[in-house]
Amino acid sequence: MNKLLLGRYVNGDSLVHRMDARSKLVLSFYFVAIIFLCNNWQTYLLLTAFVLMCVKFSDLGIGFFIKGVKPLLGLIVFTVLLQVFFTRGGHVYWSFGPLSLTHFGIVNGFYVFCRFVLIIFMSTLLTLTTAPLEISDAIESLLKPLKAIKVPVYEISLMLSIALRFVPTLMDETEKIMNAQRSRGVNFSEGTLMQRIKAVIPLLIPLFVSSFNRAEELATAMEARGYRGGEGRTKYRVQVWTKIDTIAVILFAIVTILLFILRKF
Amino acid sequence: MSSIIKIKNLTFSYSAEEERKTLDNVNLEIEAGQWVALIGHNGSGKSTLARCIDGLLMPESGSIEVDGLHLTEETVWDVRERIGMVFQNPDNQFVGADVEGDVAFGMENRGIPRSEMQKRVKEVLEAVDMTAFAKHEPVRLSGGQKQRVAIAGVLAVRPKIIIFDESTSMLDPEGKRDIVGLMRRLNDEENFTIISITHDIDEASLADRVIVLNDGRVIDDDVPEKIFASGDLLTKIGLDLPYPEALKEELKEKGIDVPNEYLDEEGMVDWLCRSALKN
Repeated sequence: MNKLLLGRYVNGDSLVHRMDARSKLVLSFYFVAIIFLCNNWQTYLLLTAFVLMCVKFSDLGIGFFIKGVKPLLGLIVFTVLLQVFFTRGGHVYWSFGPLSLTHFGIVNGFYVFCRFVLIIFMSTLLTLTTAPLEISDAIESLLKPLKAIKVPVYEISLMLSIALRFVPTLMDETEKIMNAQRSRGVNFSEGTLMQRIKAVIPLLIPLFVSSFNRAEELATAMEARGYRGGEGRTKYRVQVWTKIDTIAVILFAIVTILLFILRKF
Repeated sequence: MSSIIKIKNLTFSYSAEEERKTLDNVNLEIEAGQWVALIGHNGSGKSTLARCIDGLLMPESGSIEVDGLHLTEETVWDVRERIGMVFQNPDNQFVGADVEGDVAFGMENRGIPRSEMQKRVKEVLEAVDMTAFAKHEPVRLSGGQKQRVAIAGVLAVRPKIIIFDESTSMLDPEGKRDIVGLMRRLNDEENFTIISITHDIDEASLADRVIVLNDGRVIDDDVPEKIFASGDLLTKIGLDLPYPEALKEELKEKGIDVPNEYLDEEGMVDWLCRSALKN
């Protein structure tokens, strides 16, 4: 179960790994925005080449990225089929009632497929090369301006990082409680939907109780260690903007300009 | 030697309705540099006493003075500067995402500059022999290792007093030995005042002084040799005897003559060897 949530990050020392989490986060979102500039095969080809180049820079096998696409395959196929059968225009190859297979439909379906896969590749690149904690630090740093309107940015980020830190601990705990309940005859994997939902209750109650106990103890420990809110705290982990980040930003700018040029073809 | 902690007429109860006080008129003085063990059965008030000293709980009446500072709402943060606490559950006091981050947590709270933090993190991780684990997440550490990290976090903020609140009770025997060894070193070499709250009588027998709490009252306060020599009292309030004492009792029942004074593990082995040779 641990693998599911946190095992995404793959330790490494590639150019992408060494980038500042803030620039990775912002550029990933930026990528999602510029992909909507694509309107012809030249632009898609450019972005595909660009994404493959980023993947290359991460020193990670393409297999990791394909694995990232798999869970979303159903959604992709569904969306692509909608596009293919409901877009009209151009030469009609086949039609049946409201469904029709047209030239535009096929082209559009292909574009949607590309768009999905490229976005997934890019976001997988972010999660594979950035530890969850770095992402939470990056969010804190990016939200800092909101402090001016009294958003407790520091507290939000501490909550996020403690939550991340406790995920594996609570996973272990869940496993233990499940085993304890199984040994008392609870069956989690069989029965009707209703029965299964009911089986979760003896799992959730002890988990809640123990989480509250943990929270209380953690709060006491934090207080004993001098925690009194975000004011006046210094930070041990810092994020540094390096040359790699500047280069990445320039690359994205060049890609954007090229996209605008290629769009006109 | 001067007293670093002075407790006068301390009374505390968790709810006003309850008749029995959790702490009932406790008077104590603890000298700087001493290793004091607080023992007592569950609910005897020993953890409550530690929490009162650190200002985590505010007493009903009575006064606490730590290192010359009278503990009040205003001085509580200054008092906490002087006291480090290591709790029972290794998982529930690990705040940081990795070892380094957790050690730094207390220093971050005190606004210590980053360059100084890096220096101290390195120092204290070396002191608890965890340097190789600096980047490890808590899931990849054993209970004993997590407690060592907790101790490192305490050392980093340089307190004068370290309170161990049943810090070894959730550890395996090896982890336990490890942490107790570290406690001894901190007391011997670094001269920290140590208060260890414990169920483990063998751990308590290593201290300079043992305070026995029962139902919120101090019922005995002496060097471990004397405390453990009066075995009945301990068994009466539901505590075990240290292993060598328990062995002595068993031998006595078998009709074997045993020395009356308290012997630690080594002394007991010595005596056993000598008496075995005699026969």
